[in-house]
Amino acid sequence: MINCPYTPIEIARRHIGQTERAEYNPYLKMLTSRALVRGLKSGFWRPLSSTSSVQAAHGKDMSPDVLDPSVQQYNNRLDTPLSDVPFVRNLNSEQRQLKEKEKGPWTKLTKEEKIALYRLTHELTYPEMRRGSSEWKTVLGGVFIFLGFSGMLVWWQRIFVFGEVPHTLSDEWVEKQTQRMIDMRINPVGGFAYHWDYVKKQWK
Amino acid sequence: FSPVGKMFRAVVRLSTSGVRSLARIRPCYSAPLASRCYSHAKVETDEEFDARWVTYFSKPDIDAWELKKGMNTLIGYDLVPEAKILDSALRACRRLNDLASAIRILEAVKDKSGPHKDIYPYLIQELQPTLIELGISTPEDLGMDKL
Repeated sequence: MINCPYTPIEIARRHIGQTERAEYNPYLKMLTSRALVRGLKSGFWRPLSSTSSVQAAHGKDMSPDVLDPSVQQYNNRLDTPLSDVPFVRNLNSEQRQLKEKEKGPWTKLTKEEKIALYRLTHELTYPEMRRGSSEWKTVLGGVFIFLGFSGMLVWWQRIFVFGEVPHTLSDEWVEKQTQRMIDMRINPVGGFAYHWDYVKKQWK
Repeated sequence: FSPVGKMFRAVVRLSTSGVRSLARIRPCYSAPLASRCYSHAKVETDEEFDARWVTYFSKPDIDAWELKKGMNTLIGYDLVPEAKILDSALRACRRLNDLASAIRILEAVKDKSGPHKDIYPYLIQELQPTLIELGISTPEDLGMDKL
């Protein structure tokens, strides 16, 4: 083992497949460094995910309370008509007045008030929950774009990468080749020469 | 003679004649096929089910949690609740001063009917006296059945 290029620990690590660990491999360590990962997470993914600011703009209560899974949350579910908590929990004075009015006979409420009461407790109605999105158009568009792009690559490759087609595929050659195949009676039973009418000297 | 008896006798004869090279013949099962091993628990009838749920929602001091739990459980079942259960639930909403839940219940029931479009109008027709009495507007009245 004196002339062995690897240290005993390297041999051991290689044996148990540990050579790819970042701590051991300096290049991998650089690639998976925490700074880089964090940068990727915040720089790239943040705009795509729904951040608290985006959701707060939509009226959802995004205080740390709601992000805590041990605290009851509001959810829109078809199979759970009545959610644990109402959608709007912090009522302003107008809404509180409406809630007071709700304690009286409901016949006295106007349609708008009834709708408002519903929207206080529930974010989406059932039809809104069931509504589909136009995402399929985006997906299909993306698919076609990439197919088109691949087509462009294939075309470019055909023009700029591939050389000339062999001369044996030229019309002249193929004509002579076909005549020879007919003369040789290639596949006279079910194949090539079968389709040639030797009497009328033409294809059947 | 029963063919089963004959079979048994044939089995016995083969074994006593000393044909030991044959593999041991399996005993014929003579148990009748009619009895199956289902549970012996009593099956609740539809009326009992309805009565149970009507009683649940009729509790005078029902609280909001019980209403939610009851409704969510009921919607979880593979059925559309009867009008009398819904009537009881709507009255529970009234006791809890919760109009939003009442409207939500109607929406949920319509959704629960799925492709059977005639269930919901029937239920609304049955519930009409209650809806008028309590002043509950249907989602259609409020324009919430459209997007």
